Amino acid sequence: MNSAKERLINGIVKENPTFVLMLGMCPTLAVTTSAINGLGMGLTTMVVLALSNVFISLLRNIIPDKVRIPAFIVIIASFVTMVELLLQGFIPFLYDALGIYIPLIVVNCIILGRAEAYAYKNPVIPSLFDGIGMGLGFSVALTCIGAVRELLGAGEIFGIHVMPESFVPVSIFIMAPGAFFVLALLTAIQNKVKIAGERKGKDMSKIQSGCGNDCLNCADTGCAKRLIDETKGEEEKKND
Amino acid sequence: MIKELLVILIASSLVNNVVLSQFLGLCPFLGVSKKTETATGMGVAVIFVITLASAVAGAIYQFILQPFHIEYLQTIVFILVIAALVQFVEMFLKKFIPGLYQSLGVYLPLITTNCAVLGVALTNVQKNYGILTGIVNGFATAAGFTISIIILAGIREKLKYNDIPESFQGMPIVLVTAGLMAIAFCGFSGLL
Repeated sequence: MNSAKERLINGIVKENPTFVLMLGMCPTLAVTTSAINGLGMGLTTMVVLALSNVFISLLRNIIPDKVRIPAFIVIIASFVTMVELLLQGFIPFLYDALGIYIPLIVVNCIILGRAEAYAYKNPVIPSLFDGIGMGLGFSVALTCIGAVRELLGAGEIFGIHVMPESFVPVSIFIMAPGAFFVLALLTAIQNKVKIAGERKGKDMSKIQSGCGNDCLNCADTGCAKRLIDETKGEEEKKND
Repeated sequence: MIKELLVILIASSLVNNVVLSQFLGLCPFLGVSKKTETATGMGVAVIFVITLASAVAGAIYQFILQPFHIEYLQTIVFILVIAALVQFVEMFLKKFIPGLYQSLGVYLPLITTNCAVLGVALTNVQKNYGILTGIVNGFATAAGFTISIIILAGIREKLKYNDIPESFQGMPIVLVTAGLMAIAFCGFSGLL
């Protein structure tokens, strides 16, 4: 059980996909117009992530190395379709609010990244908890960002009015530009923590800026995957 | 018909800009916008792939998924088709047009899992666009991406010479810039 707890803490705090690794920025910015939307998106992603992690881990000895990426994509896309149909049937208001961003969970870097980095190499139970931990970390982050934007942009949290009457909502925060500003502040805080940590001589290499910083070299974290992995062959050629 | 297509062209490229108001394709938008040349290369590659992908995805939806009533498989089919298409285009260019491959080749694998490509294919289906309308919408969306990534790259080239607070160096200041650009693009909403 220790490893399960370790995986959960790792996903929520140490390697939080949003605050630390900066992955999956597209849904993060698009759906966090309110706390409830953020929470809904986070939990939906968590379900897909946990299920796909379990399946990929179960099939890790069967999937050939060379075509693992298309295999991952098919597994992830199947679960996304299932979750989408379930949402449409049982939580229609969330389905309407999230719209096209539900099927786009397929291309969320976090899911393919975890499949490649963890589930493909580890047994089922730790992979399940890794998925839940990462998903919870993502949910916490999206809910926080959504709450901040909702508070500033509409004076509400989870739809409940909390600001005094005299507060004039800064409605730009629930519009598109506000998302960029909130993320800018977040990355600035992240930078600050990183610089302060490095001055004290701590190892801060875990804090990354995901694909946003250097898209051309983000292949390791999961965005730029080729369908058929040719890199291994090329490396061998170079060695000859 | 032509008027309708023109409206889609303006709406998808400027009013509902794919990056600045829909947040699709953010990774390449932020990650490949350090220089205008690379930004242009990325933009051209995206226009090429998205236009081609919306044509192929539209055709598959209309001629395979709809007749067999398996529309619910669209997400799986589209992502696989797009990924295979990108790989195929890459191999084709490498073999037959090496000059073009030299300039676009680096960007192609980045587009495989770019959410903008899948996003356009899904939007076309959601809005019941036909194949031609879908292609126009795809082209317009990609053109909008190219416009915004080139503008951002231009600003970033100037930004290098400015004195920026330590914690805002790198990504944060780029995001602030993107936010200001998004405000500017909000102005286009009066166009339609």
